[in-house]
Amino acid sequence: MNEILNGLIQAIELIVKCDPEVMSITLRTLEITFTSTLIGVLIAIPIGGLIYFKNFTGKRSLVNLIQTLYSLPTVLVGLLVFLLISNEGPLGNFQLLFTPGGMIQGQTILILPIITGFTITGLYGVKSEIKDLALSLGASDFQTIHTLMKEAKYALYAAVILGFGRAISEVGVALMIGGNIRGFTRVITTTMSLETAKGNLELSIALGIILLGISLLINLALNHFQEK
Amino acid sequence: MKKNWKIISILLVLIIGIIAIGAYTFTGGNSGKQTLKIATTTSLEDTGLLEELETVFEKKYPNIDVQFIATGTGQALEYGKKGDVDLVMVHSKKQEEQFVTEGYGTQRYPFAYNYFYIVGPVNDPAKINGTNATTAFKNIHIKGSANPNKVKFTSRGDNSGTNIREITLWNATGADYNTIIRNQTWYLESGKGMGDTLTIADQKSAYSLSDSGTFLAFEGKIKLVPFVTQGKELLNIYSLIPENPQKFPKVNKDAGMKWVDFILSSEGQGIVENYGKDKYGQQLFIPLSGKPEPNK
Repeated sequence: MNEILNGLIQAIELIVKCDPEVMSITLRTLEITFTSTLIGVLIAIPIGGLIYFKNFTGKRSLVNLIQTLYSLPTVLVGLLVFLLISNEGPLGNFQLLFTPGGMIQGQTILILPIITGFTITGLYGVKSEIKDLALSLGASDFQTIHTLMKEAKYALYAAVILGFGRAISEVGVALMIGGNIRGFTRVITTTMSLETAKGNLELSIALGIILLGISLLINLALNHFQEK
Repeated sequence: MKKNWKIISILLVLIIGIIAIGAYTFTGGNSGKQTLKIATTTSLEDTGLLEELETVFEKKYPNIDVQFIATGTGQALEYGKKGDVDLVMVHSKKQEEQFVTEGYGTQRYPFAYNYFYIVGPVNDPAKINGTNATTAFKNIHIKGSANPNKVKFTSRGDNSGTNIREITLWNATGADYNTIIRNQTWYLESGKGMGDTLTIADQKSAYSLSDSGTFLAFEGKIKLVPFVTQGKELLNIYSLIPENPQKFPKVNKDAGMKWVDFILSSEGQGIVENYGKDKYGQQLFIPLSGKPEPNK
């Protein structure tokens, strides 16, 4: 019990004193995760819109497949990306293994299904009259999707948060693709795992608190926007 | 026109995505510095020795960024066989020699050694204190089979240098590792690094085999004590192997050799020798300082 309490006190000290290691790890984590979420959003929301809007055979199976991939195991993505970008893999020439770029690739793949899927569900949540109205007023496909997305914006926000949350909290890709290199690819989750293994519980606890804090801040910010 | 818009917007998105990946890798990955990627063992990383060597080395060569990927020896050599790193720092002589013979690495440069420790709970239920490595493992096998609730053994189970040595020791007792030892109820495989494995052993009051560096770094955090700490079977030699540039033209050969020269220099060997004295109160690694590899 004492260990937990001491750890907690020292962890709070680390945060309050803006310990340089804690800060640099947090910043790096945010940089990597924001980048992968941004790329994920830029790819997934248009694709989600297209899938919703277009009617084609196999649409239902495709949506089912996307929803299944919500629980895509992070270590599977790690393995896949490792095979792709390892020196002997098809993308080996880019030398992406053990770099933040490789991690971003992996995290983006990981969150694409969630954002795409929630975009589709969110669009289905918009009353179909709006779609019909837009089309009957002579809107182009693109304009219609745009209108619908505006209507579904809360669902889209949720999609982005979920994607971000999955990317920032995963360990598999970060460890297998990043290699947990100190000062380069070491992020909050991999540090926590390593420092717990080394017995430095206070650093792990500090980073755990920060990880929760980040999620809280992002949720608060989004709630704020939603109320406007 | 409608169609074009769609195609253009998708293309734009994809292009932005690819540019973002590229730009980030570029700024985050290079920034004018060359990198030296070293696959190494958790036992070297967990003690903190590498961090200290890195700091001094990077002061000497400010344009080289040393990056460690800490894993087990087996995995580190696998990265080496794919050419994903520039150099490996590992501890399993047989595997290392094979790595060089098969042309993946240029040469073994042994630079330091210490001993593996057989550690266990302080009440020593298998009575291994004061024995040698083979007898100790035999006792754990016999007592563990008789009373698996009291006598347990926690293995790395991750094909690391320590795990490979442990398997060699089991086979030396005459009980085949794969057919006999691995199936025992008292035998637990953690599949994790040395620190985690020691923590699990501590929680379960189990015996384990640890490199002395990690164990000494953990002393005080766990209640296990070392029982068998000497002898040829427990000798643990660490070496550097640069990747073979003929096989992997992209490896950073120059930085790799600078690292090797630095570790083997009197400055590097001095850091290895003194490391741990102030942090853990004792020396963790014995530098070879140009002497041949010990054999006892």
